[in-house]
Amino acid sequence: MTPFRDVTGRAIPFGRANVDTDIIIPAPWLKTISRQGLGRGAFESVRAEPGNVFDDPAFAGAPILIAGENFGCGSSREHAAWALADLGIRAVIAPSFSDIFSGNAFKNGIVTVELPRAAIDRLMEVARDHPLTVDLDSQSVTSPLQDRFAFTLDPFRRDCLLNGLDEVGLTLAMADRIGTFEARRAAETPWL
Amino acid sequence: MSSQPRTLYQKIWDAHVVDRRDDGTCLIYIDRHLVHEVTSPQAFEALALAGRPVRRPDLTLAVPDHNLPTTPRRDAAGRPVPIADPESAAQLAALARNAPANGIRYIEATDAEQGIVHVVGPEQGFTLPGCTLVCGDSHTAAHGALGALAFGIGTSEVEHVLATQTLLLKQARAMNIRIEGRLGFGVAPKDLILAIIGRIGAAGGTGHVIEYSGSTIRAMSVEGRLTIANMSIEAGARAGLIAPDDTSFAYLKGRPMAPAGEMWDRAVAHWRTLVTDPGAVFDRVVDIDAGDVAPSVTWGTSPEDVVPVTGSVPDPDSFAEPARRAAALKSLDYMGLKPGQPMADVTVENIFIGSCTNSRIEDLRAAAAVVAGRRLAPGIRQALVVPGSGLVKRAAEAEGLDRIFIEAGFEWREPGCSACLGMNPDKVPAGERCASTSNRNFVGRQGPGARTHLVSPAMAAAAAATGRLADVRDLMGGETQ
Ligand code: SF4
Repeated sequence: MTPFRDVTGRAIPFGRANVDTDIIIPAPWLKTISRQGLGRGAFESVRAEPGNVFDDPAFAGAPILIAGENFGCGSSREHAAWALADLGIRAVIAPSFSDIFSGNAFKNGIVTVELPRAAIDRLMEVARDHPLTVDLDSQSVTSPLQDRFAFTLDPFRRDCLLNGLDEVGLTLAMADRIGTFEARRAAETPWL
Repeated sequence: MSSQPRTLYQKIWDAHVVDRRDDGTCLIYIDRHLVHEVTSPQAFEALALAGRPVRRPDLTLAVPDHNLPTTPRRDAAGRPVPIADPESAAQLAALARNAPANGIRYIEATDAEQGIVHVVGPEQGFTLPGCTLVCGDSHTAAHGALGALAFGIGTSEVEHVLATQTLLLKQARAMNIRIEGRLGFGVAPKDLILAIIGRIGAAGGTGHVIEYSGSTIRAMSVEGRLTIANMSIEAGARAGLIAPDDTSFAYLKGRPMAPAGEMWDRAVAHWRTLVTDPGAVFDRVVDIDAGDVAPSVTWGTSPEDVVPVTGSVPDPDSFAEPARRAAALKSLDYMGLKPGQPMADVTVENIFIGSCTNSRIEDLRAAAAVVAGRRLAPGIRQALVVPGSGLVKRAAEAEGLDRIFIEAGFEWREPGCSACLGMNPDKVPAGERCASTSNRNFVGRQGPGARTHLVSPAMAAAAAATGRLADVRDLMGGETQ
């Protein structure tokens, strides 16, 4: 994972609630054995709507996405995170996220920022004309209009993002402990 | 720790902690890992690139399901039929290659044991009470029906489990949904879980593990419990749990991968301790009266958009919250429905009986009981019955259920995910409606522009016979409410 300190840029004011991962990337796009190229299928059904924000030239290549409650609900497909990454999204700001999605996003270097409803409403407005900054060091979202919203990230995730740590590598370093656990497990619940 | 009363979730969690960090993140041991073709290729690729082996291939089971066409798998000469779609073929080939190359047991598309991962796991006895079980698929929650702590994971986590047999997790909050009383005439477990999701909302269980308890659950078969736990994710909960009991043990006994002999007795003795202790505290408790639940149908594009079949399409203005109102407007537009339209008048062109929610033998029996002696209504274009596994299919055929469906005009298919998601040839055409026993009515889920109404197997059968979202109780004889 490449380290992630902050990101500044335009933020797509999407704002919709209960956006499921079928909307982020529909099933036909899951038939891939690669992580790349999924941006083309991202938000396919939304993009079919005339005047949608994703096809607005003002937000082309925008690294931030603002959404409504329960973003990323539904299917566990990590393809949703890969599709966002392929679009160039580094941060998603929403009032809440599905648990599986935020885990997947984090593992692909995308930060999920939870902010209260009022802050989201304000950012949706600001984002129309101004860039935003998401900063992991200070855990804040700021705008050139002096907005400043603090958020908290899980400390472990923040550490991994800031330092670009590989989780599998970190866990493999604990192989001895896993081995000890397995020995106890074999004795206590041998049917497993 | 053991002196304090604990929830079932807490007990399983505590038994699997390999390491605990100061911030509360735990390294959790994973006992069982199911792998399918869609979410695993990138994980195997990453392992190969890093030169990392699979730590416990013996705890892993691979089955193809999502991409497989449900048409016959062998030609007249008995040769396997090739997969026409090149991308699906490549994904399936990757699993067929990756699993054996890593020493993982692989069930072939043409094996009788093949089926949807979440049907195969319990059926093979791979899923066991008290184990931690994961799969790169959100409906892994289903396995909680047997008292396994089971949840869906993303592909990076699939890679993490393959490499380390563990996951880094934070403990969720615990929710208890207590359901008391008897389900009414013609009311199925599917109706109950739909009603629960309608009540707590699609994000109601976010951050929680739900334990379902109460007399309704205790009286329910394992098949019904699987339907309930399966849709926990539709309520936002990553996992659903049901304490194992004699019903669960009777279901598991003699399954190919379940313990046997003296080991079985030891296991059962342990499994009996897997209950929430009296006095254990849940973060949230929801009480449901089973007697209040009617056959349920969805009207919108979120599983929380539920009404009783006797109800009508809601008016978006009836929702207080602006976001919910806007969502309802969009849903109705997509679904082609008008506020106030009685649900039972809505006509459908497609019927799908299948998916990991409702494709087990009991589901097929419930649907066949309604279908028997009836024909598809003239407006039905396609009606699919897709058993959840080859073993379910065989069992159904032994009971003659296939004849009942075929004589009524249904297509009797090979097991797989089928029309649950638009990834294989089974799809619902744009603008058409489907009465579906699956779990998601999302926009485009069954194909671009497809309109999904989630229902129970008996309700799907009633829709097939009448061409509309009819109240199955009207077709069952006996009393209606
Ligand atoms: S049947 Fe549907 S929900 Fe179940 S695993 Fe297959 S695609 Fe997912």
